[in-house]
Amino acid sequence: MYDFNYHRPSSLEEAAKILAGAEEGIPLAGGHTLLPTLKQRLAQPSDVVDLSGIAELKGISEAGNAVVVGAMTPHAEVNRSQVVRSRIPALAHMASDIGDSQVRHRGTIGGSIANADPSADYPAAVVGLAATVKTNKREIAGDDFFTGLFETALEEHELVVSVSFPVPEKAGYAKFANPASRYPMVGVMVAKAADGVRVAVTGAGPSVFRWTEAEQALASNWSADAIAGLSHSPDGLNSDIHASAEYRAHLIGVMAKRALAAAG
Amino acid sequence: MLTVSMTVNGKQVSKEVEPRTLLVQFLREQLGLTGTHVGCDTSQCGACVVHLDGTSVKACTLLAAQAEGAEVTTIEGLAQNGELHPMQAAFKEHHGLQCGFCTPGMVMSAVDLLKHNADPSDREIREWLQGNICRCTGYHNIVKAIQAAAQTMRG
Amino acid sequence: MPDSGVGDRLARREDKRFLTGKGRYTDDINRHGQAYAYFLRSPVAHARLKSVDTAAAESAPGVIAVFTGKDMEADGVGSLPCGWVVTDRHGNPHKAPPHFPLVRDKARYVGDHVAMVIAESLGQAKDAADLIELDFEELPAVVDIMKARGSGQIHDDAPENLCYDWELGDSAAVDEAFAKAAHVTKLDLVNNRLVPNAMEPRAAIGEWDPGTEEYTVYSTSQNPHLLRLILCAFVLNLPESKVRVIAPDVGGGFGSKIFAYAEETACTWASKKIGGRPVKWTADRGEAFLSDAHGRDHVTHCELALDADGRFLGMKVDTTANMGAYLSSFATSVPTYLYATLLAGQYTTPVIYANVKAVFTNTAPVDAYRGAGRPEATYVVERLVEVEARETGKDPAELRRLNFIKPDQFPYQTPVALQYDIGDYEPSLDKALEMIDYKGFGQRKAESEAKGKLRGIGLSAYIEACGIAPSAVVGSLGAGVGLWESATVRFNATGTVSVMTGSHSHGQGHETTFAQVVAEKLGIPYDNVEIVHGDTGRIPMGMGTYGSRSLAVGGSAIVKACDKIIEKSKKIAAHLMEASEADIEFKDGQFTVAGTDKSKAMAEIAFTAYVPHNYPEGVEPGLDETAFYDPLNFTYPAGVHVAEVEIDPDTGITTIADWVAVDDFGNVINPLIVEGQVHGGIAQGVGQALIENTVYDRETGQLLTGSYMDYAMPRADNFPSFRVETTVSACTHNPLGVKGCGEAGAIAAPAALMNAITDALGVEIDMPATPEKVWRAAQSRLQQAAE
Repeated sequence: MYDFNYHRPSSLEEAAKILAGAEEGIPLAGGHTLLPTLKQRLAQPSDVVDLSGIAELKGISEAGNAVVVGAMTPHAEVNRSQVVRSRIPALAHMASDIGDSQVRHRGTIGGSIANADPSADYPAAVVGLAATVKTNKREIAGDDFFTGLFETALEEHELVVSVSFPVPEKAGYAKFANPASRYPMVGVMVAKAADGVRVAVTGAGPSVFRWTEAEQALASNWSADAIAGLSHSPDGLNSDIHASAEYRAHLIGVMAKRALAAAG
Repeated sequence: MLTVSMTVNGKQVSKEVEPRTLLVQFLREQLGLTGTHVGCDTSQCGACVVHLDGTSVKACTLLAAQAEGAEVTTIEGLAQNGELHPMQAAFKEHHGLQCGFCTPGMVMSAVDLLKHNADPSDREIREWLQGNICRCTGYHNIVKAIQAAAQTMRG
Repeated sequence: MPDSGVGDRLARREDKRFLTGKGRYTDDINRHGQAYAYFLRSPVAHARLKSVDTAAAESAPGVIAVFTGKDMEADGVGSLPCGWVVTDRHGNPHKAPPHFPLVRDKARYVGDHVAMVIAESLGQAKDAADLIELDFEELPAVVDIMKARGSGQIHDDAPENLCYDWELGDSAAVDEAFAKAAHVTKLDLVNNRLVPNAMEPRAAIGEWDPGTEEYTVYSTSQNPHLLRLILCAFVLNLPESKVRVIAPDVGGGFGSKIFAYAEETACTWASKKIGGRPVKWTADRGEAFLSDAHGRDHVTHCELALDADGRFLGMKVDTTANMGAYLSSFATSVPTYLYATLLAGQYTTPVIYANVKAVFTNTAPVDAYRGAGRPEATYVVERLVEVEARETGKDPAELRRLNFIKPDQFPYQTPVALQYDIGDYEPSLDKALEMIDYKGFGQRKAESEAKGKLRGIGLSAYIEACGIAPSAVVGSLGAGVGLWESATVRFNATGTVSVMTGSHSHGQGHETTFAQVVAEKLGIPYDNVEIVHGDTGRIPMGMGTYGSRSLAVGGSAIVKACDKIIEKSKKIAAHLMEASEADIEFKDGQFTVAGTDKSKAMAEIAFTAYVPHNYPEGVEPGLDETAFYDPLNFTYPAGVHVAEVEIDPDTGITTIADWVAVDDFGNVINPLIVEGQVHGGIAQGVGQALIENTVYDRETGQLLTGSYMDYAMPRADNFPSFRVETTVSACTHNPLGVKGCGEAGAIAAPAALMNAITDALGVEIDMPATPEKVWRAAQSRLQQAAE
C-alpha cells in the first residue's frame, strides 16, 4: 500500500470539502474493495476519506412506500433489519448472501454501488427494484446510475447518501456464485410493482442490465411458464475462465425462474 | 503519522501509526499479538478475523485508524483467567485444527456465529464459514467442534 | 496411564498454543535489527534479460541493498539442485538445467526472481522495487505441455524442452497381452494442475552472526536438515556445522514446503552481504500462487485390457508431465518412481508398461503435492477400471473384487517394481459398500430423478507407497539422499523424557502421537514426554516429513531408540537388584526380576543413570539413546472410498450427497488424528476433482488464477460430513505395524468423485468438474435421452 493522508469527517459537507481539496481524494466506505485494491498498489490516492463518522449516512427507515437504506449501512444490517425483512424480503435475502459473514459486517450498500463491480449483488436490487440513489448533490434514478464497467453516473467527489427502494408487490433474487470468489456469476432480481415488472441481471455482463423480453412476458403472465421458452442471447455477456457467455446466458434463464419462485 | 487509540483485549492502547497501517499489522507488529494471521490479500481466507465492538471482521481489510475508539478482541483475549473459551475447548476436544494457522480466525468467526445463532444446523455453520478457509481439516471436525461448543454454551 | 497410550483418541497437546494465539510461525518471529526483503519478479513468462538497472532503487529511502543474479554469480552462489536423477529410456540422466536463486540470463516464468531489494521496512523495499528498470527481450511463452516439444527452447541444454523420456515395464509383453484381450478400455485423462495453498504463506529469516560466523535460518520448512543440506552443499557452499535451520510452527505444507526455494536461500546469503543484519521475507498470497511449487499437471492416454471373464490382462500408460520452468528439489521423481510404480493398484494386472515424458514450460516449477504421483496413478487405474466396468456391463465393485490381489498372495511382486508386503482389500470394499448402502443406490437414483436431478456413485480402491523410503532402493533409482529417520530419546535425571525427532510436524500432531508411542513403550506418564522437532540445533540429522513417512519411519526410529533405552536400563536394574541382566523383565515401566516381586521403576533407573553412585561396571552414565531407522520396504496403505453425488442439470452444480472411506493404515496410534488426516485429504482430493484448477494464459503465460478470487479453494459449504472407518492389516516390516495416513484421502478422492460424476452424467469429462462442464455434459445426456 502506498501511504496517504487519512481523514474521518463528521459531516457530508466536510467530507466533500476534503475530497475537493485533495490532490487525489478517495472516499472509504466499508473498504472491502478499496483496501484490497490499495494493498495491491493498484491505486495511489493522496487522501482517504473515511465516511464512517457521518451520522446521516447510516440507518434504515421507511419513507412512504419506500425503504431507505443509508449509504454506510452494512449488508448484515440490511439483512437483519425488520423493516427490510417485512417490506422487501428479497432485499434482505440478497444482503444475507453478499460476500461472507465478515464482509457483510463491514461492506456497505453505498460502497458497493459506487464501485459498480460488474459482479456485485446490489446493482441488481437498485435496477430491479427501480430504486432512487440520493447523493450529496441530487437524486439519480436506478436505471441511470450504472453506466458501464466500474462506471456510474456519480460525478467526481459526489457521494451516495442513501438508496430508496420502492416496496414492490413481489420480488425475488437468485444468484449463481462463482466457485472461487463467491461473487455472483449471474444474479437475477425479479420484481413486480405497480408500474410494471422488472428483471435485472448482474454478474453476466459488463454492468447490470434489464432483461426486457422476460419483463414483457412476466408483465402479462406472472408465472414460470411465461419465461420457460425464453432464452437470453450470449452476445455481449462476460466470458472468462469460470464461465462462457453461453453458459451465463443459460444461467440468466435459470436464475430468473428461481428468483420468480422465491418471489412467489 | 496518526495516533490511534483503542481497547484491545480489555487494555487501552494508543500508538503512532502510518495512516496506511492495517489493523492486522497494528495488532501483530505494534502490539505483538501474533495470533491474528494473514493468509491472503483478497479478504477471503479469514485467518485474520477479530472482533470489533463484538462483531467479527477481517483485520486485514480494516485500517487501524478505522478502529479508533473501538473494543477489539483477538484470539489472545478469548480465554479468561487461563480457562479456554468453550469454543477453544471444543476445537481441541474434537480435533478441529491441524496446522493451527487458520484456527484463530476460525474460532473468532465461530464465536460470533453463536452470538447470532445459538443453535445452528450443520448447513448454517458451513455457510457462515464461507469466509474462513482451512486447508487441513476438510472442515468436518470444525463443524463438529462448533456444534459441541454451541451445545455447551446453551447449557 | 489411562487414555494416553497407543490406540487412544487423545486430544492434541499442541492445540492449546494454537487456540490461544501462542503458536510461533516464522512470520511471528522478529529478530533484532532485521531488514525486510522483497523480490522483484518477472512480469513476463519468458524473456532474455538485457539489463537490470538498480541504481534508482539503491538510492531510494530506507534501502540497504539491491541484489541481482550477477551479484550472486560473482559470489559463487550455485544452482538449486534437483535431488533425484531419473535415467531416461536410453540410459541418459535427465536434463538438469541450472536453477539460480536470482536469474542470470533469462526469466523463465511469471514470478521468476529477478532482483532482491532489502530495506528498513517492507513498504520501502516495495517502493524501491518499483524503481528498478528492467530491459528485456520478450520471447514466446511455452505453456501447453502437449506443444512444449515443438516450441521455443527454454533452456539451452534441454532440446525440445524435454527433461526426460522414461519408461517402466515390459512393452512387448503388454502388447502381447493386449493382442489376446476380449475388451480394451481407452481413456484420455488430464490431471489438473494445483496450487498447494498451505494457509501459512512461505516465509524466511536469514541471519549471519559476524562474531561466530554462524548462520541461523528460520524457514517454513517440512524438513530443516534437508534444507540445510541443500543450502550448504549445493548452493551457498557453507559448512553445515555453521548453519542452523529452524522450522518453528509451520502452517501446513502438503509437499510445497519440502523444497529449497530461492527466497530462503537469498535471505541467508544476503544477511552476510549486508553485514549480518537478519533479512526477513514473508510471501503474500499472490507471491505464493506465483512461486510455490505447484502439483500434478499430467496429460495421459491409458488403456486397460481384460479377458472374457473380466480379468485384467495388461495396462499401458503414456503420460506427459509438466516440470515447469525449472526442476524443483524432487520434481523428477514424482511422475516416475512415485507414479508409474503404483499402476498395479490393488490388482493382479500381470503386465504394465508406462512411458513418461517430462517437459519444461514457462510456468512455475511443479513438484510433490499431497500424494505426489500416487493420486495421478490412482486416477489412471481407478478411472480405467470404472469405465471398463461400464463398457462391459459389469458391476464396478465386483470387477474390482475379481481382480484384487488376494491375502494369500502377499508378499506380492507387482510388474512395476514394488513388492507389497501385506494387504487385505476385500474387507475394506465390503465395509464401504455396506456403509454407503450400495444396494440401495438404485432407489436413491430414482428419487433424485423424480426431482429432476442426476445421481451417480463412484468407487476408488486406491493403494499408495508410503513410509518413504528404503534408502538403498531409492538410491538405486536415482535419489540423492537416504530416506531413513532419526530419533533421540533422552531421559532427564528426574524421569521426564525429551524426544528429538527428525520428523517435522506442520499439522500432523506428532507432539501428541509420538508421545503416546513413547509413553506406551517406556511405561511412563504421557505428560512426562516432550517431543522436540524442527531445529537442526536441537535434533539429530533427520529427513523430515512428507510421503506419509513420519510414524512409519520416524516413529520406528523412536521405537528403536526406546529399545536401546530399555536395554541399557536392564543392565542398571540388574545391578541395583543384584540380579542377572537375563532375568530382568520390562513391563509397564517396571523392571522386575523374573519370578520375584523385586522391581525398579523406569524413573529410578533414569535417576541412577545420572547419579551413578551405585552403578554397574563398564556401563556409561546417562540415559540418552539415538537411533536411526532405515525402512526395509515402503508401506502400502490401501482402502476404498465411495462418493455419491447429485447433479442439478439446470445449473451443473454437483452436490456431494455422501462420502464413505474405509482405509487400512495398519495399526493406528491415535484414531482422532488419523480421521482428521483422512478428512483433510478427501477435501483436497475433492477440491482437485470439483473446483481447483491452475490456469496460465496459453499465449502469454500469465497466471490467470493467481488469487482466491479466481483459484477456487474448497470451503466448508462444499462438503458433507464424511464417514470414515478403518480396517487393519498391520505392516510387516516396521516395529509399530503402521503404514501412514496423511495422503490417502487426496489419493483416493479424485477418482471416486469423477467416477460418481461421470456415472451420473453418462459422459466423460475431465477434472475439475466445473458447473459449466457438468452442465454441458448433462445437456448432451438429456438431449441423447430425448432422441
